[in-house]
Formats: sequence, C-alpha cells, structure tokens
Amino acid sequence: MTTSDQASGISTTMRDDTRGLLGKARTYGILAVILILVIFNFFRIWNTISNTATFVESGTVQQEYIRSLNQALNVNLTQVATIVIVGVGMTLVIATGGIDLSVGAIMAIAGQIAPLIFLGSIGQRFGMGVTNTLAIIVPLIVSSAVGLFNGFMVTQLRFQPIIATLVVYIGGRGIAQVLTNGYLQVFRNPGFQYLALGRPLGIPTQVYIMFAVVILADLLVRRTSFGQYVLSIGGNERAARLAGVPVNRVKTAVYVISGFLCGIAGLIVVAINSASDANLNGLNIELDAIAAVAVGGTPLSGGIATIWGTLLGALFIQLARFTLISIGVPYEFALVVNAAIILTAVYLQRQRSS
Amino acid sequence: MAVTQANSTPKQGIRGFMSANLFQNQGVLVFVVLIVVFLAGSIIFGSTFYSGYNITTMLVFNSMFAFISLGMTFVIITGGIDLSVSSVAVLTSMLAAWFSRFGLLPAIFVPVIVGTLIGLFNGWTISKLGILPFIATLVTFMAARGLALIMPKIFGIYLANLFPNVSWSWVDYVADYSIVIDRSQNFQAIIGNFLGLPIPVWLILIAYTLGAVLLQYTRFGRVTLAIGGNEEAARLMGLPVTVTKTLVYAMSGALAGLAGVILASRSGTALPTEAVGWELQAISAVVVGGTLLTGGKGSVVSTLIGVLLLGLIFNLLNFINVGGFSLTVYWQAVVRGAFLFIVVLLQSSWLRRNR
Repeated sequence: MTTSDQASGISTTMRDDTRGLLGKARTYGILAVILILVIFNFFRIWNTISNTATFVESGTVQQEYIRSLNQALNVNLTQVATIVIVGVGMTLVIATGGIDLSVGAIMAIAGQIAPLIFLGSIGQRFGMGVTNTLAIIVPLIVSSAVGLFNGFMVTQLRFQPIIATLVVYIGGRGIAQVLTNGYLQVFRNPGFQYLALGRPLGIPTQVYIMFAVVILADLLVRRTSFGQYVLSIGGNERAARLAGVPVNRVKTAVYVISGFLCGIAGLIVVAINSASDANLNGLNIELDAIAAVAVGGTPLSGGIATIWGTLLGALFIQLARFTLISIGVPYEFALVVNAAIILTAVYLQRQRSS
Repeated sequence: MAVTQANSTPKQGIRGFMSANLFQNQGVLVFVVLIVVFLAGSIIFGSTFYSGYNITTMLVFNSMFAFISLGMTFVIITGGIDLSVSSVAVLTSMLAAWFSRFGLLPAIFVPVIVGTLIGLFNGWTISKLGILPFIATLVTFMAARGLALIMPKIFGIYLANLFPNVSWSWVDYVADYSIVIDRSQNFQAIIGNFLGLPIPVWLILIAYTLGAVLLQYTRFGRVTLAIGGNEEAARLMGLPVTVTKTLVYAMSGALAGLAGVILASRSGTALPTEAVGWELQAISAVVVGGTLLTGGKGSVVSTLIGVLLLGLIFNLLNFINVGGFSLTVYWQAVVRGAFLFIVVLLQSSWLRRNR
C-alpha cells in the first residue's frame, strides 16, 4: 500500500535520498523520451524543409530550417507554459494530499477582470502604465482570494478538497461570465500583451515566467521548512499535526499559491488571444495539469512533490501531441493515443515507486 | 447521552428514536427538502411548473443523470471515482445513433456492451495495475471523447471508401460531425410513454430498486461497502476485492452506456460535443444525497433523491422571472455552485453534530 510506506513526510524524503538512483532513472527515462521526440522533430522538419526548399523565396535552406525550428520550439513552449504554471500549483496541492479542480475557473475569472480594468473608466483616468499594472495586480489578488476561499473550505469547513474545488469549478466560471454577461472582450493593448507576445532575447515572455515559477517552487519545496511541511502533511496529516506543523495554515497557503499561479496563467491566455473568453479560458486545463503532475512522478496520494517532474511531464505530453499531429494523425485520434501514453507513463512510474 | 435517553420519559424516547433513526439518514432530510421545494415551486410558479409536460420533460432529462449517478454511487462507496462517465455516455450515444438503423435491440445493447467494456478496462487498470481511480478514469475520459470525435470520420470517410455501394448518408460528417438517428426504425420509442409514465422513468425505478437490493442484501453489495470501509482489511478477510472493484466500474460504464442511449434518442442526433461535465453533475448528486467521498458508506435511494433535488432546483431556476429579470445560464452556474456549497456545508456540520 502506498499509504503505509509513506508513514511520514520526513521518512519519505529520506527514502527518496536512499533510492536516488531509481529516482534519477525515472527522471532520465522521461528526459530520454523527450530527447528522442525532439531529435525526431529535428529530422522531420529538416525533411519537410529540404523537400519544399525550392519554393522558399528568401534565404538559404539552412536559414529556413532554423526559422522553422525556432517556430516549432516557440509553439511548443508557448502552449506548454500555461499548463506548467498551473501544474506547479497543482503539484503543491497534490503533495498535501489534496486536488484542485477549480484552476480553469480561476483562470477565467482572472482573464475576465484584466480587460475590465484597462477597457473601463480606470483606463481613461490614469496613464497606461498604472492601468496595466493594476490590470495585472488586481486579477492576481482576486485569484489568490479565490484560492484562499478554497483553502478556507478545505481547512476550516473540512470539505474534501475535490468537493470544495468542485464548488468553485461550477460557480467560478459562472462568476467570470456574469462579469461581462457572457460577452467576449476584444482588445489591443501592447503593454499588457507583452506578458505573452513579448520576445526578450527571442523567447516568449511566458517561457521566462514558466521557468521562474518552476525554479522558485522547486526551491520552496526543497530548501524551505514550508516545503517540508507540505510534504509531511501529504505523507501523514495527523502525524504532521502532532509534530507541530501548522497544518491548516500550510494547506491554505498551498491553495492560495495555486490560485495565484492560475491567475498568471489566465492573464497569459488572455494576452495571447487579444480577447477574454470566459467560456474557453482554461477549459479542461485541470485535466492537463493533473496528467502532467502524474506523468511527472508526483503520486496523487500526496507526500512527494517533483516540480521539475511536472515540467517534464507537461513537456512530454505536449511534445507527444505535437509530434502525432504534425506527422498527420488526426487531432481526435491523437487524443486517444495521448491517453494511452499517459496511462503507460503513470503505470511505469508506479512500478518503479512500489 | 445514551443513558439519559434510556432513562427519559416516553415522549423524549420517541424524539430520541426520531432523531436517531429518521433524521440521521440524510436521504430522508433531503427528501423533505425535495417535497418543500416542489410545493414552493408549485405555489410560486403555478401550473406552468407542475404541468405534466414540464415534470415529464424534467424527469426524462434527469433520468440520464440518474443512471450515471447510480453507477457513481457504487464507485464512490468503494472509495474511488469515475470521471469517464460523460465521455462514455457521449461515445455510446454516437454508437446508439449509428446502430439505430439496424433496429432497436442493437441500438440499445451495443452501446451498453461498449460502456461495460470501457468500465471493465477502468476496473482492470485500477484493481490490477494499481493506478489511482482519478488518473485511470481520466485516461478513459480523454480516450472515449477522442473516439467519439473520430467516429463520424471513421464511418463517414474511411468505411465509405471501403464500401462505396452502401449508403452512408445518415452519417453527417461534413456538416457538424454528428450522426443522425434512423427514424424509420422507431428507435425513439424508448423515450415514449408506458402506462402513463415515460419509459426512462420506469427504467430508473427498476434500476434503483435493483441497485438498492444489490447494495443492501447481496454479497456483492456488502463487499462493496467493505472495500470502501477498509480495503486492506477486506482483502485480508479474503473478500474478492479485485473482482468486485472491477465489476463496480463495469457497472458504472454500463449505466453510462444506457444514459448515452437515452441521450441519443432524446435529441435524434448524436453529437460528440454533448454531455460535457456530466461526471461532475453526478458527483454533485451523490454528495447531495449524503454519500461520503471517502467511501464505505452510502445509499442508493439517497442518490436518486439527490438527483431529483438538483434537477428540480435547476428546473425552477428557469422559471425565475422577477420584473423582467431572469437568471441567465451564467447566473445559474453561480447559483449551482452556491447551492452545492450550502448542501455540503450543512452536511458536514450535520455529521459533526451527530458524531
């Protein structure tokens, strides 16, 4: 049983150290598959370019190749960034033994508030700089507050996490839609959209945000007492409480962090689309995020958090989907193949950890 | 507490009996709420609400959720969860529409069999491979939806090329990826009336009666409860844990297949984008009925009452129209969330007080 060998979070981390070799094999297994997929795509793109190079008007074949590679890289990183940002919060929540179904709804709320600010009367009263700052800060505060509400339900009202966040899942998207009566908000705001369309050093801004979130969360889990608390709560909540861990505060904080990260993801989606659509913003992302977490090696029973694993898991799922679609598998069938891949990956993870 | 009750006057004794046996069962409480809501709706909205047409439509619509929630109750009692039901329902509705041209029996049995097979697969991955129910059913959730999306393409393009002399016009794959029901086979008779009630309502009554008997009075039901209570203990006692868990998921899949049949026959066409979020609707109904997500406890009849209460309240929301202000679907979503919040809040405080 998984519950019995995770007697406490501390012993879990110790055990992690003792079987470091296996842990490494697991991580490198995914890395190897990702590398194979990347190399395969290098060859595939080279193949298409060299076949169609006669039609390219400007530049040599090599330049065209690099342009295509760059494009493929950006497409994949852009699409994976929101899933990773949400997935990091999800990893922390799952590490405490909970789950957060409300992530998509929180994204929708945050994405709907930002245009309300810079399209509304505040936008005319203040300068663009102040407005854009507000348009980023206010949604993040609101989404953290929704996360706080999740944490309140879980710790104070003793709702089961899946039910507590289901409440927000159902109601939250409704709130986002009510804000504009369900209408789309279309806009053009280069300052705000730098969040997603900016290309410092040729790489999209949200990729920087993604890596910053991953690195900070990884430090949080491995180097701070907060991280140890998170793992110990997931390992054995009662033992953690008896050992003096402020269980309720830590659990609430984890949901707040998840809400905050969902706010960032929601803003990025809105900035990419130049429009906020409360119906589609973050729809079904909870499933993508949970799949990334599971493939990345964080068990859903809690007690372990592998932040880099979540990044790798999301990259793996995204690359598999990208490769399948780009070699001509229909999108619908790619869903089926992807499901099989996720099942296999989770099964292999499970075998190694037991 | 027990001592004071035993020494108390007969009047208090009856009250003690009432609170112990009647109201400790949350299903009864929810049933009372159900009656009150129904009466209130009838008084406020009059005959447009309690008209036979409205009630019948509501019952047929909610019969789909009732089937799914019945399977979900068993799954949740074992301590698991089944996210795949909505995708299974949509896939089986496509199959029902496709097989409707071969007659009534294939249009019912093929979807139910496919649903059972997907459920068996869930059960196999969960009980044999040891993958957590949330992930295992998430995988079939994705795969079944993908299969439903690709089905019109398979039937409309690939098979049409293979068998060019067969008429495939009833697969409308170009327009909207839907499959149209063959009306000449009278498939839609299964949502017709029988002895004054729609057939899905009869099916629900039969299914829930069987479900209640299965849970309370059979070995299978007792093992299901034992698994939810303590799986390791049940295994050590020599109970058939693996088989029972697999069968529970298979049952959930079969019932989702039945819901898919009704979905197809209600609308006349099967669309792969239908049935979004049904799994959460079913979980809500089970929770409102009072079954705990931790497993080990639960009641089939309470789930039916939960389904009816949720259906009734969402039906009432459509009637609200105060001075030109009616609830949009967006506000309805907010009210749904708030309603679930209140129910779970009352339920948890109720449990804590009775502990």
